[in-house]
Amino acid sequence: MTSPAAIPQSLSRRAHALRGHVLRMAEIVGQGYVGQGLGISDLLAVLYFGELRYDPKQPDWPDRDRFVLSIGHYAIGLYAALAEAGVIPVGELDTYGSDGSRLEMSAPETTPGVEMTGGSLGHGLTQSVGMALGLRLDGKPSRVFNLLSDGECQEGSTWEAAMAGAHHRLGNLFAFIDCNNQQADGPPSAIMGIEPIHKKWEAFGWHTQRVNGNDVEAIAAAIAAAKGIADRPHAIVLDTLMGKGVPLFEQREKNHFIRVAPEEWTLAKRQLEEAGR
Amino acid sequence: MSAPTPAGTPPKGVTGNILSSDTGGAASVAAAPFGHALVRAAEKNPRIVGLTADLGKYTDIHVFAEKFPKQFFQMGMAEQSLVGCAAGLARTGFVPFATTYCVFATRRAYDFIAIGAALGGANIKIVAGLPGLTTGYGGTHQGIEDLALMCAVPNLTVIDPCDATETAQATEAIAAHVGPVYMRLLRGQVPVSLDPSTYRFEIGKARLLADGPDVAIISTGLMTGRALDAVRELAAEGVRASLLHVSTLKPLDREAISSLIGRVSRVVTAENHVVTGGLASAVADVSVQAGRPIQLRRVGIPDCFCESGSIPYLVKRYRMGAPDIAAAARELLK
Ligand SMILES: Cc1ncc(C[n+]2csc(CCOP(=O)(O)OP(=O)(O)O)c2C)c(N)n1
Repeated sequence: MTSPAAIPQSLSRRAHALRGHVLRMAEIVGQGYVGQGLGISDLLAVLYFGELRYDPKQPDWPDRDRFVLSIGHYAIGLYAALAEAGVIPVGELDTYGSDGSRLEMSAPETTPGVEMTGGSLGHGLTQSVGMALGLRLDGKPSRVFNLLSDGECQEGSTWEAAMAGAHHRLGNLFAFIDCNNQQADGPPSAIMGIEPIHKKWEAFGWHTQRVNGNDVEAIAAAIAAAKGIADRPHAIVLDTLMGKGVPLFEQREKNHFIRVAPEEWTLAKRQLEEAGR
Repeated sequence: MSAPTPAGTPPKGVTGNILSSDTGGAASVAAAPFGHALVRAAEKNPRIVGLTADLGKYTDIHVFAEKFPKQFFQMGMAEQSLVGCAAGLARTGFVPFATTYCVFATRRAYDFIAIGAALGGANIKIVAGLPGLTTGYGGTHQGIEDLALMCAVPNLTVIDPCDATETAQATEAIAAHVGPVYMRLLRGQVPVSLDPSTYRFEIGKARLLADGPDVAIISTGLMTGRALDAVRELAAEGVRASLLHVSTLKPLDREAISSLIGRVSRVVTAENHVVTGGLASAVADVSVQAGRPIQLRRVGIPDCFCESGSIPYLVKRYRMGAPDIAAAARELLK
């Protein structure tokens, strides 16, 4: 058994490893969703190495917890977690986004460990509600963890599903909302304001918390607190920093799709190494 | 010979940036033809307004937004609201141009297009990007069946322009036209295949771009650029092909199609869309209705969701290139 104090440290190490995988993939395509992947690594580390029940050798084990990625373009983060967890080979990450690869830029459900084809945003929570209803009906202990984005909170379907989750008292449903303050055309405040987003989830009947999404201890504590409430679905709003862990990307002008010059990768990797020491 | 890689485009063989343009090695390109044409239209008509669902930069409507900020509405990532709101603006006498991708306009907002706009003839213009295989982003982003969906809606005009020249002309034409329109969008750096000094787009009119007795190619959208290449390839082998470009899918220029297939019964259709419910189906329908039997080869996307990947890879994988059109013609001539 690991002592409780050791857990956050090992989670931080995992998050660091995920960031390394993210950079490895991003460098292959030369640009892309590296900001999102780095920003969400802490949540994925907590989930895949502290919370989710799954069998890496049997990704379709019927009693597994479901991790549902609405935001298909965050695939780079999910693949990092799946590789680190042993669901897909680490070496395969080198095919990310390449012709004929199953590690498509937007995650398809044909890839092991991907529960649902996201990417047409606003689908994830609707299917998560269905999965949570189905698992409960079957008397299974499995839970459903859906990752949404701040931009996705603008889709009407998200709120239709939020209403359904609360109405059906889905205590086995957890929604994480990645508020990285960016969407395709700019920051949500300039595109379509969503704040105060935690109050909206609360008003829809969800047990809601808002934490620093780049703090593994805070995320783990929020999940622990959520598990104490059985008769309501759980929303955990995560304030994250795009590019977290690599100052070069943290400081650059925020963009949905970062362009990176070839020579910048060496610096990015060095910065991540230094942050990991 | 390989064209030099423009700065910022990824190396061959990976899914590109969704903002990058694959121009297929075109000799001449124009930037953001839709955005600039919309600005010209709005300079003439102050009732034109623009809307988008978090895809301004990605649909070239940012050009209009920069010029007419007061007439531009960012609706956030909410496509049903986008289309419904456009219909509401039309009901108050404005001429709204609403942009998103083909997939999200047609799949997510179908009911809002059909009932919110088309049923009552609301004067909205939906301009939708990433038609067919113009993105490497797989089934979620490739608008492969949007023409079938849109052509099924009564009252709606449906247009699939082939290049920058036609995109610009069609934008001004639909701005002047009263009634709901769905137009596919080619954005970013867009090839120029048609000569702007001689070509004239007209809603509902197909254009004969080549006249030859051996085989008839009927194409729409960007496939017309490739069909022009196929016509040249065939000519070099002594095959004289006709090429009819059908940019308006609805209302369909049945007369032009009927007249061509009456003269040339070996027909190849080429569309950046699944081969059911789009141009091939329309041509088959004209043939049956007019009692003019044809032999038909369909170039287009097969009945499947497509892979992810680079555009050249996808064009090859799904046999959507100029050589595939020429090969289909040769097959008919065997
Ligand atoms: C239904 C739908 N509409 C539009 C898009 C196009 N799109 C892709 S990502 C994106 C921005 C979404 O916001 P968010 O996930 O918060 O962006 P990020 O944090 O990744 O920058 C948009 C509009 C989409 N994928 N799905």
